[in-house]
Amino acid sequence: MKFAVVVFPGSNCDHDAQYATEHVLGQQAELIWHKDTSLRGADAVILPGGFAHGDYLRTGAIARFSPIMQDVKRFADAGGPVLGICNGFQVLLEAGMLPGAMLRNANLHFHCEHVHVRVEQTDTPFTRACSTVRPLKIPVAHGEGNYYAEPDVLARLEQNRQVVFRYVDTAGQATPAANPNGSLNNIAGICNEGRNVVGLMPHPERACELAVGSADGLVLFESAVRAVSEGACAISR
Amino acid sequence: MRARVFVTLKPSVFDPQGTTVAEALHTLGYANVKDVRQGKYFELDIDAASPAEAERVAAEAAAKLLANPVIESYRIEVDAAAHAEMVR
Repeated sequence: MKFAVVVFPGSNCDHDAQYATEHVLGQQAELIWHKDTSLRGADAVILPGGFAHGDYLRTGAIARFSPIMQDVKRFADAGGPVLGICNGFQVLLEAGMLPGAMLRNANLHFHCEHVHVRVEQTDTPFTRACSTVRPLKIPVAHGEGNYYAEPDVLARLEQNRQVVFRYVDTAGQATPAANPNGSLNNIAGICNEGRNVVGLMPHPERACELAVGSADGLVLFESAVRAVSEGACAISR
Repeated sequence: MRARVFVTLKPSVFDPQGTTVAEALHTLGYANVKDVRQGKYFELDIDAASPAEAERVAAEAAAKLLANPVIESYRIEVDAAAHAEMVR
C-alpha cells in the first residue's frame, strides 16, 4: 500500500514516518509537499510531527491553509484513513477535522519522554491490530498537548467511543501522575465520528525498532496496512 | 484605520501561563494581584471607509483566524485616527 506523508515547512518527523512505513514495514511512502494539491492516489495519509509554519499564531493554525489540506479533507470525507501525529494532530484540530483544541502543557514544560498509552478502540484503521490490554510504550515530545474540549463535546467523545488513546501508568491505570500534560480525561488521542481520522500526541513512528527503545508504535502502521488490505476503508474517489 | 484585536482564553479555560505569571508577581510582592490571564494582541491596519466597516473586517479576521473559538474569545477596538498618526 502507499502512505502519503505531508511535509509542511517546519515538519521534522516526516522522514521518521516515511522510515517506519517504508523501511520497517516494507510499504510505499511518498513525501508530499504542503503546496502540492494532490495526494497522488495514496491509500492512507500521515500528517507528521514538527512545527508546521513555525507554530506561528497557534500550533497548526496556519497549516490548515496549506493547499494540500483541501485534498486531505476530500480524502478524509471520502472515508480515507488519516493519521495526525503530534503537530499533525494539532493541525487536524485547527482544521476542524477533529473536535477540541490544544492548550499549553499544564506545568508549562516541554515533555520529551516515553509514556504509556492504552489503546481503547480497535475499530479505527490505525488501531485494528492493537491490543486494548497491554499499554503501548511510545514517546511524547510536545509543549502543547493539553487536550481541551467543552464539557458537552467531551461527553460526546466519550459516549461515541472516540477517545482512542489514553495516558496510563505501567499498570494500565489512567492516573493524574501518568498524564504528562494535563489533558482532560488523560486523553492522548481521539478519532472523528467516522472513525477514519485519528490524531494522537505520542509519536508511534519514533518507536518502531527496539534499537530506539521501543517498537510498540509499529502496530499503528501495521493496522493501517491491514485495514487497507482488508478493504476496511472504502474510499469513494 | 486601525483595529486592535485582543484575544484571550475563555474564562472556563485554564490558563497555565497566566497562573505562572500571577505566581511570579506574588513572589515580587504583588499579593494584591489576584489573577492574570495571558492573551494575544493584534494591530490591523485596515483600508476601510468607516469605523463600522473596519470593525466588521477585524471581527471576521478574529473569528476565522486570530482566535480559536474552541478556547479563545476576542474583543475589538477601532481607532479611526490611528492611521493618520502613523503616516505623520
